[in-house]
Amino acid sequence: MVDPTWLATAPALAFGAAALVLLLADSIDPDTTNTTVLGGIAVAGSLGSLAAAVYLLYGGVGIPTGEGGSGPAVLFGGQLVVDQMALFFMTIVASVTALVTLASMDYVREHAYQAEFYSLVLLSATGMSLLSAANSLATGFVAFELVSLPSYALVAFLKKNRGSVEAGLKYFLIGAVSSSVLAYGISLVYAATGVMRFDAVATAIQSGTVQTVVDGSIEAQASGASVQMSILGVGIVMIIGGLAFKMAAVPFHFWAPEAYEGAPAPISAFLSSASKAAGFVIAFRAFAVAFPIGALAETGGAVDWFVVFQVLAIATMFIGNFAAATQETVKRMLAYSSVGHAGYVLIGLAALTATGDGMALSMSAGMAHLLVYGFMNTGAFLFIALAEYWGVGRRFEDYNGLGKQAPVACAAMTVFLFSLAGLPIGGGFFSKFYLFQATLNVSAWSLAAALVINSALSLFYYSRVVKAMWIEEPTGERTIESYPTGLYTAIVAAAVITVLLIPGFGYVSEVAFRAVELL
Amino acid sequence: MLVETLLLVTLLGAGIVMLAPDRFAGKLAAGISVIPVALTTYMYYVFLTDYNGAGNALLSPGEVAFGTQIPWLNLGEYTVQYYVGLDGVSMPLLALTTILTTLAIVSAWTPIDERQSQFYGLMLLMEVSLIGVFTALDFFLWFVFWEGVLIPMYFLIGVWGGPRRKYAAIKFFVYTNVASLVMFAGLFALVFATDVTTLSLPAMATAFRGATGLPTFAGYSLATISFVLMFIGFAVKVPVFPLHTWLPDAHVEAPTPVSVMLAGVLLKMGTYALLRFNFTMLEATARQLAVPLAIVGVVSVIYGAMLALAQRDLKRIVAYSSISSMGYVILGLVAFTPLGMGGATFQMVAHGLISGLMFMTVGVIYNTTHTRMVGDMSGLADRMPWTVGIFVAAAFGYMGLPLMAGFAAEFFIFQGAFNAATLGASAPVLTSLAMFGIVIVAGYLLWAMQRTLFGGFNLETDYEVGPAAVHDVAPLAVLLLLVIALGVAPDLSLDMIQHAVAPLTGGGA
Repeated sequence: MVDPTWLATAPALAFGAAALVLLLADSIDPDTTNTTVLGGIAVAGSLGSLAAAVYLLYGGVGIPTGEGGSGPAVLFGGQLVVDQMALFFMTIVASVTALVTLASMDYVREHAYQAEFYSLVLLSATGMSLLSAANSLATGFVAFELVSLPSYALVAFLKKNRGSVEAGLKYFLIGAVSSSVLAYGISLVYAATGVMRFDAVATAIQSGTVQTVVDGSIEAQASGASVQMSILGVGIVMIIGGLAFKMAAVPFHFWAPEAYEGAPAPISAFLSSASKAAGFVIAFRAFAVAFPIGALAETGGAVDWFVVFQVLAIATMFIGNFAAATQETVKRMLAYSSVGHAGYVLIGLAALTATGDGMALSMSAGMAHLLVYGFMNTGAFLFIALAEYWGVGRRFEDYNGLGKQAPVACAAMTVFLFSLAGLPIGGGFFSKFYLFQATLNVSAWSLAAALVINSALSLFYYSRVVKAMWIEEPTGERTIESYPTGLYTAIVAAAVITVLLIPGFGYVSEVAFRAVELL
Repeated sequence: MLVETLLLVTLLGAGIVMLAPDRFAGKLAAGISVIPVALTTYMYYVFLTDYNGAGNALLSPGEVAFGTQIPWLNLGEYTVQYYVGLDGVSMPLLALTTILTTLAIVSAWTPIDERQSQFYGLMLLMEVSLIGVFTALDFFLWFVFWEGVLIPMYFLIGVWGGPRRKYAAIKFFVYTNVASLVMFAGLFALVFATDVTTLSLPAMATAFRGATGLPTFAGYSLATISFVLMFIGFAVKVPVFPLHTWLPDAHVEAPTPVSVMLAGVLLKMGTYALLRFNFTMLEATARQLAVPLAIVGVVSVIYGAMLALAQRDLKRIVAYSSISSMGYVILGLVAFTPLGMGGATFQMVAHGLISGLMFMTVGVIYNTTHTRMVGDMSGLADRMPWTVGIFVAAAFGYMGLPLMAGFAAEFFIFQGAFNAATLGASAPVLTSLAMFGIVIVAGYLLWAMQRTLFGGFNLETDYEVGPAAVHDVAPLAVLLLLVIALGVAPDLSLDMIQHAVAPLTGGGA
């Protein structure tokens, strides 16, 4: 046990503290544009969060005391639980935030309101860390909003750019609708079961009677009323809808290409990697703990949610990848491919049997993919940030011959793209085949077939960028005046980690598998 | 430790060459690539003296040569290891890979004149993956290398290829990637149906061969379905009719040294994998499906040869004839006789050398004449006597002239297939049809040679057509010597091959 227990939330606290320090700095000197100091605080906060998350993860928090760990850290009467899964996702969030803040130091150098920019990023990251540990629908919702609200402002950060403002507004409107769907779904689950805590919801479903939580322990309500399965089912489906927004899964994906394209590129990286991971962690925990598929199948009446996820996964894969294949601008292609990857990760909740077998394999595959994706996708968007920094155009042709002028960055981008496509140049290879393995494990042939078709398609459109960079001759005059240190460091670091995740994939997959088993 | 050294040295060499200046990148790459050749030659020598009687790496893993086995990672309940080693099948193919890479690098000195350090670096990077493919004994390790070959190949075709190189590169890329996924699905369906938890090839072989009570779908056993999926996956690489359409594009657009690697080694990845997975792990299914598989092989032989007959481009002729030659390998494998399977594996090596030689010769001619069209030139023998002499020898090797490697390989295959029990009554018919393929080969090669090499010299150029440089002809001579050496003394590799396939053919070699 971490002592005192609240220290287990150190990864979230580090983000929050850094955000507050930034606001303090801003109130002392409101006009400062000293990127080194402001960005430095943000990077330090993120690295602190990363160090805390990795330390706790390998320190055995969440692993039962009998097996050499120190058990999960339970806070606020079970509202927050810091266990292996929470720490796994906190690691993803902290890594992505560190890369994004580091890269932003060059990107926002010329802009006003830098302190606000960094503190919004960090506040959103605080929300993501808390979301990873949320163990109740209530804390989940609050953390969910903490993730979302700063990100609306961040997408519209380039306020003189019409695309950015438009994207921010669209993102906000769709976000508001899906938040209300989520809240309504939560209220229905509460109405049916009488409880918000995930484990209590599960008890209600298993026992069939409405529960209550008294002093942290779960008891049946005195009235002895039984759970209204139909209300519960509607609630679950609405929760899926609300969470699908954050994951950028079909049919709530419409905001994603707009927001990713209009937002400053580091924010696109942040949203498409970290924010997506946060959407998945709450979904993983809610559906693994609160709505156990086996119990739902036995009691009948409710909903076979894994079938819903199968449909969503297949639709998301196809729509994301086919749309990506038809794009003319690189950033929008990456935005759609990000939707497609949400479809891959959804396999984590879809490759199950009706009794819930195969969950450890499929969910850990989804988690591993999110971690690898956190590096390769962030890296790819940061490369776009670099291209925007240089004033290289947006279309594929504008990247022609870039490999000759910036070989290091283009080599890194090649690593990201091929890893995203699932070639063995980065960890994306293993995570894709791990997911594929999960679909075959439960004979989910439709999922497996969708993965094959989309994988081939993605190879086609990712290699368009590679082809432009290395194979095509430059079309116009282009001069690159400077090589920004922060962006370069972030991109190269992401590339190195992506490559190292091939030999190191074992650490990821084993921790993820263990984390799911311990849920 | 030798295999690891081999991989590391080559990888390190690739990195060094990539950073070297263009001026001497080619020479440096050739120098570095000699180290793997020396290492494999030493390993080959040790193998001949110490391990010559060793069995099949998958069926008697205790007898593996140069083996290393270290736990690597866990995917769910499945253990992945770093597990490498060699047996009589992989040893000759490994030697082929390293030798052909060095010669291909030397043959690239003349034609490759831009971005040289990247070209040679990628060639060495591809060699790393190829070495890995032939040495890995764990599925995921093998698969990393198997897919890893695609990346350098994509760039080698896409950057340095001919006019339609972009199309050819992406077609090759997507085609073979889809094939890999189909194969993966077939294999893992079996992994989940049996209770294998270690993803090493020997463990899989044991589990699949001993599997009983596999589920059935629509009347077909899972073993059959998996076999077909895996066969399709590997057949694309081989390639087998009708999955060959990427090959002519890739070959024609690829620069010659890359074509050499493509025909010489990459196609063998497909047949090697077929032997390892389909014909070893699912031996019983392969025996059941022998006749349809043999028909596929024979159709490839005839169809590939007919296509070659219809071509005017020398490179296309050689490219299509590879489809034909790979058909023989399929026929030899399904025979499940010592001579059939041994001959098929021997053919992989022999064809690697001969087709490499043919492509290289065509490349040398093209470098000098700047055309590959049969109708455009004649009488080259006057101007390039050495090159033409080797071309003629190589062509006769392709047609199966005795005392050359191709003859030995095809003779073994025909002899092994003619009475094959697996093919039953159709064995003589299918074998005779396949033999007819040789006649077509002779037809198109003799015709092409007669028109381009002999007669009065005729080629409209504004440049001098003269003998090729020594460093262009030297690799040809080396390959020709190897072809003759293997033809005169096939036991240099046939012996170890037959020991390795003996457990599949029912006993002694």
